[in-house]
This record gives sequence, structure tokens and C-alpha cells, in this order.
Amino acid sequence: MDVYLPIANLSVNGLVIVALGALTGILSGMFGVGGGFLTTPLMIFYGIPPTVAAASAASQVTGASVSGVFAHSRRGGVDYQMGGVMVAGGIVGTLIGAGLFRLLQELGQIDVVINLLYVLLLGGIGSVMARESWQALQAQKAGLPLPARKRRHHPMVASLPLRWRFYRSGLYISPLAPLLLGVFTGILTMLMGIGGGFVLVPAMLYILGMSANVVVGTSLFQILFVTMATTMMHSMTTRAVDIVLAVLLLIGSVSGAQIGAQLAQKLPAERLRFVLAGIVLVIAMLMALGLGWRPDEIYTVSPL
Amino acid sequence: MKRALLLLVALLFLTGARDPILVPEISQHEIQVRQGFRGADLLLFGAILTPEGTRAGRDYDIVVVLKGPTRSIVLREKQRIAGIWVNAASAEFRSAPTFFAVASSKPIKTIVDDKTAAIYELGLPWLQLSPIGSYNPKDQRRYSAGLVDLMQRDGLYKQDTRGVTVSEQVLYQARIALPSSVQTGTYTAETFAINQGRVVASAISRVEVKKQGFERLIAVFAETSGFLYGLLAVAISVAMGVLAGRLFALI
Repeated sequence: MDVYLPIANLSVNGLVIVALGALTGILSGMFGVGGGFLTTPLMIFYGIPPTVAAASAASQVTGASVSGVFAHSRRGGVDYQMGGVMVAGGIVGTLIGAGLFRLLQELGQIDVVINLLYVLLLGGIGSVMARESWQALQAQKAGLPLPARKRRHHPMVASLPLRWRFYRSGLYISPLAPLLLGVFTGILTMLMGIGGGFVLVPAMLYILGMSANVVVGTSLFQILFVTMATTMMHSMTTRAVDIVLAVLLLIGSVSGAQIGAQLAQKLPAERLRFVLAGIVLVIAMLMALGLGWRPDEIYTVSPL
Repeated sequence: MKRALLLLVALLFLTGARDPILVPEISQHEIQVRQGFRGADLLLFGAILTPEGTRAGRDYDIVVVLKGPTRSIVLREKQRIAGIWVNAASAEFRSAPTFFAVASSKPIKTIVDDKTAAIYELGLPWLQLSPIGSYNPKDQRRYSAGLVDLMQRDGLYKQDTRGVTVSEQVLYQARIALPSSVQTGTYTAETFAINQGRVVASAISRVEVKKQGFERLIAVFAETSGFLYGLLAVAISVAMGVLAGRLFALI
């Protein structure tokens, strides 16, 4: 099924793009973290211009997180106060990200920076995830209870000035910490077209020390609004959002998210997490090797 | 004496054979880029005649050059720095064509000399890119070879040395395929009739490539009103997310 993308200026196989979206959606439904980290590189690999890929990927993360936010808020799993602070930071982050995007584009280094960010992020998060799920699996085998996690925020967070009470998260911390976290993920979303759930969830657990039952809902809430802001920002600055591409991705990702959510209830979560960690690490490794190997084509063209 | 005689014969020959005329035509003068566009196949054909409109009765070589709209570009070159490949050097060109295809009846080198080929841009090695700033000829050659290689991989630059067939010394035809990734704009097809290393006739015809209907609407909308376009994209994503949630709740 050939579909012509009016902004990317080329024709693609629509089914491949829908399948890509579905993969992202299933991952996000299963793990509560977006699968955006897979979409952008795979789209670039498929031949879609990197700028269009990054700009259009954010909108499908929006679609995949909508129903998640509703589900979590119904059972009180969203800390709106915390989420609001992070969204505010996220919007600032998309502004900074837009500036960075343009600067890096002019310098001709946007692709290298995106690739490096992927290697660092995926490598780091993959290792953390692998270690944790391995420990959990071992504990399960031995029939031992999971080692209790110390839920305390990082000492650096405690040293920030100004303190607010976040009731649902069970925290009394400086709002600057979630604000900065929001800024950071906003920049990542703008540069890489990912939701940032991969960074947010562990950061909220281990750096902020939020209570676990509001982490996923609140991160989805933040991702929802920040990806919306990213789509707006790209539409106004790079003008690279391809609505046809976005719709194709959305068809896959919104249905994938539902399937993923149902799968998550049936399958052994810890083992799946371990597998996901493995996938993430392999992708990170391939991308790292890709940076070091002599590329097939050493020239690139961009309009002046 | 012998030499003078030869010269006379040559002179007679040259004045006697007046330059022929070329009548070119293209299978379509407008290519519409719309949903389902997978590229287009252009048939460029025509006839070589004497000014009187009769058969020229001589063998001509035909070269067809199809050129897309030009644009200013930055060409970046990757180099290995600290173990990773990054864009290290760059060159700017004012007029790089977005599409360039050359079809000829014989390999260009056997038809004309390098000088003529360069003047008429007959072939990828003689592409005129108008560099901005000055580069030494060696660098410039490297960069244009890099650009040609890159564009060839994308199917946007091509050279087919057996792409033109000439039948009965009168009719010629060439087929050039445009991939789906072509830029919109005016494409010019220039046809050259070449005899004994000299371009004896040339003619230009044009093809318009334009987006139509929905595709055009989207491209113009995205370019002119980014804010509304963004709102639309966001609205679509949210609506589809909600809709999917509802639908799956029913199942």
C-alpha cells in the first residue's frame, strides 16, 4: 500500500509505518514507557528525512498516552500538582530544544548529537533495567521477597531551595527538582521525538523518590502535554511535521497501546522487562558501533 | 595543392549540409503528485529533420538532459574524529539541481570531447554547481563527486549511455524514470543532436511537477500557517487516542 507523504516528499509503504507505530504502542502499553526510542531511528533507517521523522514521531506518543492518562487518573494515579510543574518545565525545555535543534542543524551536527544521545540514554537505561529485572528474577526464583527499596530522594534534590508539599506523591521537596527534570525531558522530546518516559520513570522513582503508584500516571500526564507542545513547536519552527505520516503512526500506536495494556496483564512482567532491557542494550550497542564504523555514505546534503 | 583541394571539399561538405532541426516532445507536460504517487516514467521523443522538413539522411547522436529545479545546498563531509564519524568539512553550492538525468545514444566520451561536454553539461562529471566561495579544483572535484554519488544512490541523478534509441536516422526516443522523492517545480528537458563531435541542433521542452489536491493543501497549510497546522496535528492525535480507548473498551 503506497502512501505519498506530502511534507517528507516521498512515497512509503503505509503498512510498514502502521506496523512501526503498533510496535511503539505495544511497548508503551506494556511498560508504561513510550516506545518512541524505536520509532525515530527505524523511520530514519527506512529513508524518511531525520528532521521529518523526529518532528512527526512526537504526535504518535501523544496519541498513545491519552488513554493511559485517562485510565490512571480514574484510579487517582496522577499527581496533577507535580505533573503541572513538570509540564511547565517541559514547555520551557521544548523552547530550549527548538533553539538547540536549529543551532545544531546550522552546524551540521544534529544527526551525530541525536545518535550520541540515543547511545548514552539507551545504554544507561538499558543497564539499569537489566540489573533490576535480573535481581527481581533471581529473588523470584529463590522465593525471597524483593529487597525493599529505599524510597528517598537524592541528596542533591534536598539541597535545592524552596519547598512545596506534593500530597499525592508523598513528598515535601523543592519544585525546582521536577521543574528541571521537566526541562530536561522537554529538550529530549524536541531533539529526538521520544516521549521521555524512559528517563522520567526512573528519575521520578530514584531521584525524586515519588511514591510508585503515581509515577506512571504522572509521567504519562507530563509526556502527553510535552509531546503536544513539541508538535506545536515543530509545526511553527522546522515545519517538518508530516500529518499523513503522523496519522499512519497513530493508527498503529493507539491500537498497539490497547493491545499492549491487555498483554501486560497476562504475561510475566519481570521476564518481559528483562527482554526489553536486552533489546534496548542491543540497539544502543548497534548505534554505538554505527558511530565508529565508516558510514556507507560520507556526504550529506541540506538546503542552504 | 592536395591540401587545398581537401579543404575545398570539406568546405563544400560543410556548407552543403545545413544544420538540421530538432522537434522534441514529451509524453506528459505535467506530472501531478498526489496520493499514491510512486514516481513517473517520462518518454522523451522527437524527430531530426532538415530545414526543408525531409529526412536528414545522416547519423546523429542524441543526448537528452532532464534537469530539475536547482537549489542552494550545503554539502557536508564526514571525517573520523576521536573514533566517531562526524560532519567535519562542508562546501556550499548555489545551483545544485534536485534532479539530473542524462540519456545518450552512445557513451558521451565517444560522441564529444570533454570541452564540448563541459559547455553543454552533457553528463554527471560536468555538472555545474556554482560553488559559493572559492575551493581549489581538487576539493571541488571531490565534493561534486560526493554529491553525484549521494544523489545517484537516491535515484535523483542518473546517466544512461544507451538510453536513447535512434531509428531510421529520423526518430529518437528516451525513457527517464522519476522517483517518488522528486521535488516539485519546472523540469527542463534539453535535447542535443550531435554530429562529428559538434552540437548541431538543440531544443528545450518543459515538464511541470506539482502537488495536487490534498497533498498540495497539506504542504501549503504547513508552510503558511504553522500554528493552526500544529493545532490540527495535536487535535488529530488526541482524538485518535481517545477513539481507540473507546473502541477497545467495547471489545
